[in-house]
Amino acid sequence: MENFINFLVDDFFVTGEPLIYGAMVSMALVSIAIVFVLTYFKKWGYLWREWLTTVDHKKIGIMYIIAAIAMLFRGGVDGLMMRIQLTLPGMEFLDSQHYNEVFTTHGTIMIIFMAMPFLIGLMNYIIPLQIGARDVAFPFLNAVSFWSFAFGALLFNISFVIGGSPDAGWTNYAPMAGENLNPGPSQNYYLMGLQVAGIGTLATGINFLVTILKMRAPGMKMMRLPIFTWSSLITSIIIVFAFPILTVALALMTVDRIFGSHFFTLTGEGMPMMWANLFWLWGHPEVYIVILPAFGIFSEVISTFARKQLFGYKAMVISMVIIAGLSFVVWVHHFFTMGSGAAVNSFFSVTTMLIAVPTGVKIFNWLGTMYKGRIRFDTPMLWSLAFIPCFVIGGVTGVMLAMAAADYQYHNTYFLVAHFHYVLIAGTVFGCFAGLTFWYPKMFGHKMNEKLGKISFWFFMIGFNVCFLPMYFLGFAGMPRRTYTIEPEWMPLSVTASVGAALMAIGFAVFVYNIYYSFRYSPRETQGDAWDGRALEWATTTPVPYYNFATVPKIEGPEAYWIMKSKGETTYDKEKVEPIHMPSDSGIPFIMMAFMFVGSFGLVWEWIWMAIAGLIGVLVCMFIRSFDYDDGFHVSVEEIKETEEKARGGEK
Amino acid sequence: MSADTDLTTGPLEYRSHEGRMNILGFWIFIGAEVALFSTLFATYAVMFGRTGDSPVPAELFELPMVLIMTFLLLTSSFTCGIAIHEMRRGSLKGLLTWLAITLVLGLGFLGFEIYEFVHYIHEGASLQSSAFWSGFFLLTGTHGLHVLLGISWATLLIVQLRQRGLTPVTSRKMFIVGLYWHFLDVIWIFIFTSVYLIGMVV
Repeated sequence: MENFINFLVDDFFVTGEPLIYGAMVSMALVSIAIVFVLTYFKKWGYLWREWLTTVDHKKIGIMYIIAAIAMLFRGGVDGLMMRIQLTLPGMEFLDSQHYNEVFTTHGTIMIIFMAMPFLIGLMNYIIPLQIGARDVAFPFLNAVSFWSFAFGALLFNISFVIGGSPDAGWTNYAPMAGENLNPGPSQNYYLMGLQVAGIGTLATGINFLVTILKMRAPGMKMMRLPIFTWSSLITSIIIVFAFPILTVALALMTVDRIFGSHFFTLTGEGMPMMWANLFWLWGHPEVYIVILPAFGIFSEVISTFARKQLFGYKAMVISMVIIAGLSFVVWVHHFFTMGSGAAVNSFFSVTTMLIAVPTGVKIFNWLGTMYKGRIRFDTPMLWSLAFIPCFVIGGVTGVMLAMAAADYQYHNTYFLVAHFHYVLIAGTVFGCFAGLTFWYPKMFGHKMNEKLGKISFWFFMIGFNVCFLPMYFLGFAGMPRRTYTIEPEWMPLSVTASVGAALMAIGFAVFVYNIYYSFRYSPRETQGDAWDGRALEWATTTPVPYYNFATVPKIEGPEAYWIMKSKGETTYDKEKVEPIHMPSDSGIPFIMMAFMFVGSFGLVWEWIWMAIAGLIGVLVCMFIRSFDYDDGFHVSVEEIKETEEKARGGEK
Repeated sequence: MSADTDLTTGPLEYRSHEGRMNILGFWIFIGAEVALFSTLFATYAVMFGRTGDSPVPAELFELPMVLIMTFLLLTSSFTCGIAIHEMRRGSLKGLLTWLAITLVLGLGFLGFEIYEFVHYIHEGASLQSSAFWSGFFLLTGTHGLHVLLGISWATLLIVQLRQRGLTPVTSRKMFIVGLYWHFLDVIWIFIFTSVYLIGMVV
């Protein structure tokens, strides 16, 4: 018993850090509050029936987005903690170990548990609506994807109170992340958290690929697809070929750490550099996984608010295909300094610079779309307009980094940090905010408040530039990445950056407050087309009925809804309503991934019995699923007519 | 919904939208599996020769046993093809018979592989011995695990086929298991040549 208590205090729980005690208390309080609220309002059954067991792509999309915003908060707090520590020389807010943990979780969470789920959430909600489908191709698998992400994120996030956070950077380089230099469960959290979430991402990629290829409405040819759907299709292809590489890399390091193999170790002739190669073979395509859907969102928003058809649709598609192809042949540029030799570095230098070409094409297409358009400056458009110059700064400094010889100067300095924040925040985060505010009325039946939206935009956008522009100069001044204290001569720029970070935090807080405020006070949407939209998702009523389309329209060109509007067509043709086949809800995805969580937690602590127990649970769930011949159900014509006539206010 | 081509003719497994989507989805999954095994092959190639103090592969690899394994697995792919052929003919009995033969051959393959692994470990070449052997065991072991999974999966299907007979759903499941089984065979051909044959001569 005493041993057990000692284990809990010494190893299991993270002790001795006031900040983490605070986090523990707040987590306990929030958990108690949630349980209390659910019990008090008798919402457990509602939660289970409507959300935990759902296979509806719209609800899954919303859950993805909620989780992503929570993760944005957590990753953002990590970022703020780093900024506090780096504001002044000699700060003692975080010690070096804690600082290492914070930058590791910041990077990992922002990429894996914030950017991807945010975009996948939007894809989930919007793509079936844009192509005229009733759901995704594999609704059950879609629920598995979501729960694997959710439990993966949970596993990664509990590390900072149970066992300790990983601290080898989001790139988790060997041998630093190996068993010898980094014993204990913390690195295992990284490996297992990403592994569990990665399963879901791969499944999502397959799911959307089949959905977009096979479930388009009649007449919607590939070159009539809305551009966001195109970007998601290409993203899915990248996912399918990139994520298995991550799966293998994580598995190899897990086997290294737990079962003593020698892939990335310094002993037994292992090769630590192999990890860097495998990681970036996945990691670079991953960057495009989180940017291409954002490009798609900007294209939709800019075209809608410039009130013009997207300029250069074909060029947009072709450039995305080229970007996807190039994304697999540039990975070495992340470690030019590792000494691959002049020939190899030159090759990857050239391929990297080539990416600027299709990206530049896209920039000009957005400008061309706006040229002579009658532009409306609503919040989604503001995010998209801010994206263009900010992203160009990030892109051009990327070309500077691509030059191998020059990279020896910039490598692992704040110049790099500034660069990738400029592309990832101005690209992905602005894109997520633009997409969420743009599609918000479709999802929740009311717009986000414009005034608050603009306040949050200006705070965030100005804060972003104030925070990250100085970092380019800090990089030139020699400030290394991942340092936990600063030299006095970096202070003026560091203070500036911290002020910017505070402004961004205010912007985010206003954004979240706006969600609450709009829920309370925004006027409700009475019809589906909130922004005078052009693609098919706006043809549905708001709120979207769970079967999406009462009758699937025949698509006669690109911008399907624009054509429908001109002809006065809707997605409800009383004469043509037929019973609609829908999939049944299922609790198996949730339960299966809960077992996966248990098993992975066992592996993290190297308790093999627990890992095996979890694995057996997963297998049993798969077994049950294999024998489940539930064929779903049909929505009756009467129900469809009743729903549609209510939503359309008796029209037709 | 798109390309609403005829759903009343053609093989049973292609006669519903769900069936077609599942089959396409599985092809894409096989694409992902190709990426997965490519990574393992690349890792193995990089680790080639990095044996440290442990035995080199040429000392341990034995052609007869690997040839037996290869014949077992290749034959099982052939019998699996016959099983699908029987399914297309509408013969449940033929399907079950040839599927059972396929699984027995697969089990034989697995038995030899386990024997092989135990043998190597006795000779001092285990997962922990050196980078080369780590790469070897991970690559062949992952393939072996896939075979094991395929056998368990097909066994579940035998039960379902006996319960329900040949329906669009069961024949679609069977067809997909068939694809999976052939895919494992293709991977083995690459393992046979690039791991065993090269390992024996270098």
